[in-house]
Amino acid sequence: MWKWLHPYAEPQRAYRLAGKFIPWLSILAILMLLTGTTWGMVFSPTDYQQGDSYRIIFVHVPAASMSMSAYIGMAIAAFIGLVWQIKLADWMAASIAPIGAVITFIALVTGSTWGKPMWGTWWVWDARLTSELVLLFLYLGVISLYASFEDKVLAARAAGILSIVGVINIPIIKYSVDWWNSLHQGSIKMTGKTAMPPDMLVPLVINILGFGVMIGALSLIRFRSEILARNGMRPWVRELALAEGAK
Amino acid sequence: MKRGISFTQAFFTLLMRDLKIAVRHRGDIFNPLLFFIIVVTLFPLGIGSEAKILSRIAPGVIWVAALLASMLSLERLFKADFNDGSLEQMLLSPQPLQLLVLAKVLAHWLLTGLPLIIIAPLLAVLLHMEESAYPALIETLLLGTPILSLLGAIGVALTVGLRKGGVLLSLLILPLYIPVLIFATGAIEFAASSQPYDGQLAIIAALLVGSLVLAPFAIGASLRVSTN
Repeated sequence: MWKWLHPYAEPQRAYRLAGKFIPWLSILAILMLLTGTTWGMVFSPTDYQQGDSYRIIFVHVPAASMSMSAYIGMAIAAFIGLVWQIKLADWMAASIAPIGAVITFIALVTGSTWGKPMWGTWWVWDARLTSELVLLFLYLGVISLYASFEDKVLAARAAGILSIVGVINIPIIKYSVDWWNSLHQGSIKMTGKTAMPPDMLVPLVINILGFGVMIGALSLIRFRSEILARNGMRPWVRELALAEGAK
Repeated sequence: MKRGISFTQAFFTLLMRDLKIAVRHRGDIFNPLLFFIIVVTLFPLGIGSEAKILSRIAPGVIWVAALLASMLSLERLFKADFNDGSLEQMLLSPQPLQLLVLAKVLAHWLLTGLPLIIIAPLLAVLLHMEESAYPALIETLLLGTPILSLLGAIGVALTVGLRKGGVLLSLLILPLYIPVLIFATGAIEFAASSQPYDGQLAIIAALLVGSLVLAPFAIGASLRVSTN
């Protein structure tokens, strides 16, 4: 059943396939982010309590939710790499980590810029904010662990174990607003009486998906360079380098 | 297949071996303890010796100091065995690695966690902690310090093969320690204001059970990576 997938485990094939996906994903991400952000920033109605400053939600919520999804993606890739010894999965995990760290950082920064006018403070030590900060530390831990091994096969395994251990933090972030009395507001409700009006919800969802596609495109770009870096001694990489150099 | 010795025997043999080694290098037991005491003493000097402020920050100071002391002492958990090759022999032995790892972690806790718990009430007196908070302090330390040893062992196992593992170790482990710290200090603060704190204790106990079950597997897998 999985036979058709097999050839793509070869680095050269994976490199080419990723190269084919990158332009499409990039265009899709740019379109979605442009639509969602313009809609949210310009056409969505003003919030009756928060005024216009609520509009940072169109960056904050996508970044925050995708920071968790990227972590799960990284952990799944690391798990596949650990269990089935697929090097490509290891490289994928290593390429997601820095992107996830930046997205987490964006979520924290936009969150605290939003907190300043709304809560009157840049930062509070409550469950949601603290667990998101821990997520950033976990990303940084994975990145530096991967960087500190000379042998990248070992590095990927060590970083993989750490990222799988860190998955425990994801449900804590997700449900922190339900489990603890938090200054941070609860999750956005899609349905029911207190649901978000569609004029706000639709651009938000577009932006969330757009962030996802953007992370996919960026990961693939990093993934390709990771493949090249790990296969520097292979003939096909040399041929590629010569062909690129001749241009 | 004949295994030579039973699991119980293997567990206690390794436990006794680690304890014996530590008793012969007494510095290993006393240095983290001294570090713990000195860090706690620094706070009244730095913040000012007003009893009110000190009793307010006492739970946090004691727990943070315990966290750092436990982290500093972790380095010796696998390092010596890694350097002289006995760690590799453990990996090759017919006993399950998780069991051996658990014995080593238990030895580490007995040597560094337990003395810390014994000395903690004394430091709490120095920091003017509320009297009603003493049971909570002891209970959280009893339940919490084994978690520190278990989670810390994962980090040490990952970095044991690296030459400059020390700083990296703190980056890896401290984020994982945060939940324990939050619930432990929360419990002590509740106890200090005479409120029930069983909820926090139950969560720490759950963390302990969870890490007791899962951490040995992660530690074992990390050791196999490091000794490759």
